[in-house]
Amino acid sequence: MSILVLIETEEGKIKKSSQEAISFAAAMGETTAVALGEVSDEELAKAGANGAKRVLHAADSRLNAGLIQPYAEVLTEAAKQTGAKVVVSAKSSLADAVVGRVSVKLGAALVSNVVGLPDETNGFVVKRSIYTGKAFAHVKMTTEVKILTVKKNAIEMKTDGALAVVEKLEIELDDALFEAKITASEKAEGDILLPEADLVVSGGRGLKGPENWSIIEDLAKTLGAATGCSKPVSDMEWRPHHEHVGQTGVKVSPSLYIAVGISGAIQHLAGVNSSKYIVVINKDEDAPFFKAADYGIVGDAFDVLPKLTAALKNV
Amino acid sequence: MNILVCITHVPDTTSRIAFTNDNTVFDKNGVQFIIGPYDDYALARAVELKEQNGGEITVLNVGEADADPTIRKALAIGADKAIRINAFPSDSFFVANQIAAVAKEGNYDLILMGRESIDFNGGMVHGMVGEMLGLPSFSPVMKLDVNDGAAHITREIEGGKEELDVNLPFVAGCQEPIAEWKIPNMRGIMSARTKPLEIREVADDAQHVALKNYELPPAKGEVKMIDADNVQELVNLLKNEAKVI
Ligand SMILES: Cc1cc2nc3c(=O)[nH]c(=O)nc-3n(C[C@H](O)[C@H](O)[C@H](O)COP(=O)(O)OP(=O)(O)OC[C@H]3O[C@@H](n4cnc5c(N)ncnc54)[C@H](O)[C@@H]3O)c2cc1C
Ligand SMILES: Nc1ncnc2c1ncn2[C@@H]1O[C@H](COP(=O)(O)O)[C@@H](O)[C@H]1O
Repeated sequence: MSILVLIETEEGKIKKSSQEAISFAAAMGETTAVALGEVSDEELAKAGANGAKRVLHAADSRLNAGLIQPYAEVLTEAAKQTGAKVVVSAKSSLADAVVGRVSVKLGAALVSNVVGLPDETNGFVVKRSIYTGKAFAHVKMTTEVKILTVKKNAIEMKTDGALAVVEKLEIELDDALFEAKITASEKAEGDILLPEADLVVSGGRGLKGPENWSIIEDLAKTLGAATGCSKPVSDMEWRPHHEHVGQTGVKVSPSLYIAVGISGAIQHLAGVNSSKYIVVINKDEDAPFFKAADYGIVGDAFDVLPKLTAALKNV
Repeated sequence: MNILVCITHVPDTTSRIAFTNDNTVFDKNGVQFIIGPYDDYALARAVELKEQNGGEITVLNVGEADADPTIRKALAIGADKAIRINAFPSDSFFVANQIAAVAKEGNYDLILMGRESIDFNGGMVHGMVGEMLGLPSFSPVMKLDVNDGAAHITREIEGGKEELDVNLPFVAGCQEPIAEWKIPNMRGIMSARTKPLEIREVADDAQHVALKNYELPPAKGEVKMIDADNVQELVNLLKNEAKVI
């Protein structure tokens, strides 16, 4: 079976979530990846390690910015050229916006938040996360071509494949597709992206103010973790909105989520409930977050965090 | 301005999720339903845009009759009229088809949705509708201003945000801080009773997926408490037991 997988890049490198998506695709069949915008052939060839045989590259520099319509056009064309039966992408805010359009162009069923390989014993059935991680649904996809967006940790990452062959994807992109003009952008450089992160340290209102965030940042840096926060913290603009975790924010599924001074409201838990391990540090022993935790410390963040950071430095 | 706002009718974010009939039916027992929180942001921004530019807001839901109180709430918040397509919204393609059919007749300047629904968390319907209508679609949109037929939007990208100039009409999947959620006031609630809510039948019943059954995740084990004076124990557990550092 021919599978097409979308590669997203970040600062010239294939995103980790895309590497997972490639591994997922490769476990299903002969996999071609598609990459957009300027990125080096050497980097793209590395998609082979995750299981892609071939990478089609639409190198048009207009594709450097992740604009939704041109992305949808390229993905659709690549799916047609490769005769893909399944199109796979990591779940991301860009992919979400793009694949809906592709599904209409291809007449393909689309299921997002897929958490494991499809069961093909009787049709094509996938398991997906629903109700913000509070349940799963098994759904049967009934069209000939199918599109899946894959949640983090849906599969063990493959890393031992040979280099992929990189080829140009020939495609004409109409100027009209680039009508939306980007007038400004703001991006944290070099930070670990929260949705991609394997370790996350998050702070809540218990930290009292933005000036106290250095204790969160020190711990995060020591661990190599991304930083997150609760909604009131981003509402009060102590932290940028893209760090806000939960029902109305980013949904994370790291191996380790450390929550500091966050009460554990159900809307916050909805964004973290697929973490493998949760550590809660809160001065209130009755904070609801402890019920969802694997490890807990009752204590003052301003006392516990520096000690924890120091102890971790010796690991 | 003529704005279409698509709203979902979903379990309150604090609901306990359970299923009946051999895990094939969602258990509505004791569940409070609300306007999807992201849809609520879209609606709030629509009300503000109407205040600035005049015009009319239509809310649209694809759902069954139990969604009517949720739709009335949207009317109380400030929508002028409502349409409900009478069907169980099981498949995002099916839903997008119904929305596109309504949008084609309406001559809307803006079609606002939530970035995603909180029941199935697909995040797919805005892109589908955009493609079906041949219109641009943007998501997640965290700011939206309109001036003379053109719009200026801010969308979230991973690790940051980006501002764009775009032409109307388009489809947007909204999220905070596009507007503050609005609470209906007494006058809104009274006037919502008499605002038109039109029930339509399905335009096209094609489906791409079929639900087989639901499953709940396994229950979480007991939390291990560690003394605040012994953080080294936590480090040891993370290293040797959880093996995550
Ligand atoms: C529709 C809807 C959607 C929402 N979506 C989200 C969402 O996506 N994400 C989200 O986070 N919230 C969301 N919320 C808000 C949510 O309900 C809570 O209000 C919010 O999560 C609380 O944030 P918090 O835990 O930081 O603050 P608080 O509830 O104020 O908790 C602060 C905690 O810090 C502890 N603390 C205080 N001082 C210290 C100290 N010195 N050391 C250690 N601990 C200390 C306190 O004991 C307390 O537990 C949503 C709400 C609604 C209605
Ligand atoms: N049944 C529905 N009726 C009306 N609008 C819907 C429906 N389902 C989804 N939408 C809209 O599409 C957005 C994205 O939904 P989804 O793709 O299901 O996550 C929602 O926030 C709504 O604005």
